[in-house]
Amino acid sequence: MSIFLNKNNKVIVQGITGSEGSKHTARMLAAGTNVVGGVNARKAGTTVKHEDQHGNPVELPVFGSVKEAMAETGADTSIVFVPPAFTKDAVVEAIEAEIGLVVVITEGVPVQDSAEFWALAQSKKDAEGKQLTRIIGPNCPGIITPGEALVGITPANITGKGGVGLVSKSGTLTYQMMYELRDLGFSTAIGIGGDPVIGTTHIDALAAFEADPETKAIVMIGEIGGDAEERAAEFIKNNVTKPVVGYVAGFTAPEGKTMGHAGAIVSGSSGTAQAKKEALEAAGVKVGKTPSETAHLLRSVYPKHEEPSNL
Amino acid sequence: MDLFEYQARDLFEAHGVPVLAGIVAHTPEEAKAAAEKIGGVTVVKAQVKVGGRGKAGGVKVAKSADEAYEHAKNILGMDIKGHTVKKVMIAQGADIAEEYYFSVLLDRSNRNYLAMCSVEGGMEIEQLAVERPEALAKVPVDPGTGIDAAKAAEIAEAAGFAPELREKVADVIVKLWDVFKGEDATLVEVNPLVKTGSGDLIALDGKVSLDENAEFRHKEHDELADKESEDPLESKAKALDLNYVKLDGEVGIIGNGAGLVMSTLDVVAYAGERHGNVKPANFLDIGGGASAEVMANGLSIILGDEQVKSVFVNVFGGITACDAVANGIVGALEKLGDSANKPLVVRLDGNNVDEGRRILHEANHPLVTLAENMDQGADKAAELANSSNAVK
Repeated sequence: MSIFLNKNNKVIVQGITGSEGSKHTARMLAAGTNVVGGVNARKAGTTVKHEDQHGNPVELPVFGSVKEAMAETGADTSIVFVPPAFTKDAVVEAIEAEIGLVVVITEGVPVQDSAEFWALAQSKKDAEGKQLTRIIGPNCPGIITPGEALVGITPANITGKGGVGLVSKSGTLTYQMMYELRDLGFSTAIGIGGDPVIGTTHIDALAAFEADPETKAIVMIGEIGGDAEERAAEFIKNNVTKPVVGYVAGFTAPEGKTMGHAGAIVSGSSGTAQAKKEALEAAGVKVGKTPSETAHLLRSVYPKHEEPSNL
Repeated sequence: MDLFEYQARDLFEAHGVPVLAGIVAHTPEEAKAAAEKIGGVTVVKAQVKVGGRGKAGGVKVAKSADEAYEHAKNILGMDIKGHTVKKVMIAQGADIAEEYYFSVLLDRSNRNYLAMCSVEGGMEIEQLAVERPEALAKVPVDPGTGIDAAKAAEIAEAAGFAPELREKVADVIVKLWDVFKGEDATLVEVNPLVKTGSGDLIALDGKVSLDENAEFRHKEHDELADKESEDPLESKAKALDLNYVKLDGEVGIIGNGAGLVMSTLDVVAYAGERHGNVKPANFLDIGGGASAEVMANGLSIILGDEQVKSVFVNVFGGITACDAVANGIVGALEKLGDSANKPLVVRLDGNNVDEGRRILHEANHPLVTLAENMDQGADKAAELANSSNAVK
């Protein structure tokens, strides 16, 4: 098991012919992802050539729309690599086509565009009231279920399958934490993105990890800005029984300055790392001062009988 | 990006929001000329991006152009909560009968927009929200539909406007929404929105924040940047397309990925507690690339900061493997030559780390120390910055 992504997902790449889209299509295929095609209205009808995990050549069809790609390939997942100016249209197209999961890698999307496509996604629900399209990102490294599939840009060779679930606002801190805990392995690692408005939240991932039998312990990485970590802390207190450790970046960030991520800003006294740490600790979550201390804390709460037997 | 009041006023005017005449002035002479042009009673208002300027003496009524000259002379150069006043706005005097409040902003928590409106304007809105929350209407706005005439009327009614005023208020709200939407703002605030003695509505003071991610569709917003207040190193970094924030400290920081760099600042600050309280000197995210050119640009910015005593390069090799990063560092030091004159602590981890370390080891640059991990690298960089402090 895993969350949101496994080897059965059929993935299309929006922007498959661009330089980023092309580079990462190759990497996703090498990681075992079942990439079935791509979308570029101007290059519909053509194909792109890549290699699969075993070095065998694959020829992927390029479609004119997400809807067409889904009809032809049975795709249920999309990843978006198009530039910021075209990201809203690409995501709206995926939502209108009612795809199950869309991962938005693009950095620099205007926040009103994100707010608009999020509002649209929320308005599309099935008979049980469940949202039809899950959005991850924007401005994120995507999602990886090691050994099964990668829909994103996370290096696939850091670590393998295991019992740690990870949710993070930051890409490189995700890689860092996977590296620190590479001997334990991960069920799924998901980078939710550093923008002020994102689709999947810490809480969504925590709820899914709690329900996933393969996940034995959870690492939650946050950073300055907004109140997502405080809300996640409240959620953990009431809903999560598995061990959770946390890390928050940005204790030294000055007020009013955007630190790289569009959403990473301390405004007045709100959004500080200290407030987030305190909220998490009040919910019983151990919070590391550094990434390595956080990894150490995770080991201390990781169920002993779940450790890989070859160690 | 937060705007000055006069810039907000100009954007309001461009979108049809009723405003009074206002002219920005950098000198008392300009202020006098502006007051003469506007005529009658004017108000000289300090232009600073911080609240509380009225209490600080940054807003004065002038009955004549000569008085405007005197007030501008006093206000220009004034320090308001750490902000030096470099410009004033000369605004037409208003005949205020009543003061109201309106704002629309991005609501991160709810992933939509929030309109706030009150018939009790003028005071600090945070104060009103705490003291009389019932007087402040909060109406969520769906980003898909925005604020049309009907939504604006709903907001005006919720705020408690008398029925005969609602239509007029709603009309102004729709125009302010037009500013928010049309300019890609994350905040549009009017405080106060006033009713004059003759019953007209006027946006008397405004605050606007613009989304920098939307600059590609607003080339004109570039003109609104406050370049004279920008830190020179930050301006230089921006021109080189580097994500850099100047801080007050001695350990220069270069890393890849915003989260990792923020984390590096923290780890260096903790290490500094053991080494004379040295602190991180900057935030610099060189992104995924980390080519020799980007690395050289980054290093040149950091070495241009006279406060910097040592540099910590903290890179996790993901897509860009460690050998490429190591080559980038070696290449950058070659490019910089003698201008590279501060000790460099390098920590590499991730893809091809052994090859990366081997490259740095072989290059054997006298300034470079290799660290085993992030904590050790931070400690070493702080130690070097502190010992360099001690020598002086």
